[in-house]
Amino acid sequence: MADILVYVLHNGDAFNKNSLGAVSEAAARAAEIGGSAHAAVLGGEELTDEMVAGLGAYGASKVFRTRGTAGLAAPVVDFLDTVIAAHGQRYAIFGGGLLGFEIAGGLAARRNAGLTSEVVEVQAQDGELVAHRPILADSQISVSRYRGNLGIIIGRINAFEAKRSGAGAAEIVDIEVEYQPFSNAAQLISRGEQRGAAVDIEGADVLVAVGRGFGSGDNLAMADELAGAFGGNSAVAATRAVVDAGWAPYASQIGQTGKTVAPKLYLAAGISGAIQHKVGMQSSENIVAINKDANAPIFEFSDLGVVGDLNKILPKLTDAIKAKKG
Amino acid sequence: MALKIAVLVKEVPDAAVQKRIDPATGRIDRSGERNLNPYDTHAIECAVQLKEGNEIEVDEIIAVTMGPESAVRALHKAVSLGADRSIHLTDAALAGSDVSATGYALAKVLEAEAPDLVLLGQQSDDGESYTVGSVVADHLRAPSLSQVIKLDVVDGGLRLERQAEYGYDTLQIPFPAVISVGDAINEPRYPSLKAIMGAKKKPLETKSAADAGIDTAQVGASGSNVQCGDFHAPAAKAPGQVIEDENTNETVEKIVAWLDERKLI
Repeated sequence: MADILVYVLHNGDAFNKNSLGAVSEAAARAAEIGGSAHAAVLGGEELTDEMVAGLGAYGASKVFRTRGTAGLAAPVVDFLDTVIAAHGQRYAIFGGGLLGFEIAGGLAARRNAGLTSEVVEVQAQDGELVAHRPILADSQISVSRYRGNLGIIIGRINAFEAKRSGAGAAEIVDIEVEYQPFSNAAQLISRGEQRGAAVDIEGADVLVAVGRGFGSGDNLAMADELAGAFGGNSAVAATRAVVDAGWAPYASQIGQTGKTVAPKLYLAAGISGAIQHKVGMQSSENIVAINKDANAPIFEFSDLGVVGDLNKILPKLTDAIKAKKG
Repeated sequence: MALKIAVLVKEVPDAAVQKRIDPATGRIDRSGERNLNPYDTHAIECAVQLKEGNEIEVDEIIAVTMGPESAVRALHKAVSLGADRSIHLTDAALAGSDVSATGYALAKVLEAEAPDLVLLGQQSDDGESYTVGSVVADHLRAPSLSQVIKLDVVDGGLRLERQAEYGYDTLQIPFPAVISVGDAINEPRYPSLKAIMGAKKKPLETKSAADAGIDTAQVGASGSNVQCGDFHAPAAKAPGQVIEDENTNETVEKIVAWLDERKLI
């Protein structure tokens, strides 16, 4: 038996897209190693039978469900530990995200398991799973093999695609979990606060993306003007650093804990191109990067790179585009 | 209460060094210039700000690292940035430890110190597993949170903020706790010349695996449950065109022509 367990994150009545992708990935790989994909969900009354059984459509044969506070890692570690102790799943796959890292780290400690982060591909080989992860700024791929009773795989954001397999409802197994005293010590006071204005960047054809290189929130006006010059369906997007600094709204954030976009044009200014950002925009049709640091990683995956000062380039580019459009 | 804070730090290849895999060992080649992991300076700064502030009394800040002899320099840097003393866990048996084994080993050192707060950076600049704090926390049976960008002492515990999948979360967490901080939490200061000069005089304790009570069957390459290998280059995207901006009017003309060719204007 080589079953694969997937923790499926949810918020309200919707499952997380990356978690659903992990379920689909687990189902495909489990079929190759003679096992099944099992899902695990933890939350309150919002986890109705109908919602939970619906994970069957993504390939889960069984869903383990327990009651607890959603949005914290430690209770999930206790839950998955209980499920694995009873059912002996050989692998655990996470769809990525902060909670994925936290739960996986805790589970690795609890069950003395090997762990691989940022996995972009999982393969079945001789009845076992091997995990491919990019390392050293994505310049190399390292292949992880596992020893022991449990192997943990944390997928990179958007690495696994959620696929409806057409299978029917999953069997629901309700589990009682004995939580460790420290597991509910953290108290979630508020979850998912949306800071700043509600803006739509996912539907835009042209995104002007701003990074820390702008230096101050006031300078973002240059990006607004450039987006305005493109006209039509264009918007300004931002990196996490810019959003955390309060220069731009959370709704405009690209990357790991923000949105994933694929516009016709992604014009990144003052963005170095960290992996956490790259995962949210690398499928864009055309990527233009403006950065004063010639060694910035973003030039490794941009179609047109401009090494220069955005303060000099953006205003002139705005004028030139306005002139071109007449 | 007066807090005892431990900060986990790591020595990594300097950002300017081209990192590569040593084909003989399958590990990151960590020869060449090395430095304190830049993300760790945010954790040290966070500890120092707690000590300087008047929200809570801080007894001492201890920098802890695991690594070869050279890792002492990361501890000196940590001390120059404000740690009071440091602990260097070093043993040939630890070489090649994966994240799970590293977290176990660090937790054994921390157990003996019993700090009220363990701080670390959000990621290492080389391994980038993002998970060692969670491994340590589970071994210490302490609540934990990663990517924290705001930390205040409230009601005898910590009030924390971080950005997660669905927006910003606010949490209250009691001591003892393990917190990994995001790089947005503060702007680390530069050490003064005096602090740099004085760093080597601050107490530094060197511990072997046996000193720390580590079961060597659970660490090192042989004790790790992940084995990495088969290193290969990823399917590469064709390199894009790069323009150096020397004359901005000409640069802008080139950008506009490029966009126009692709019907993006």
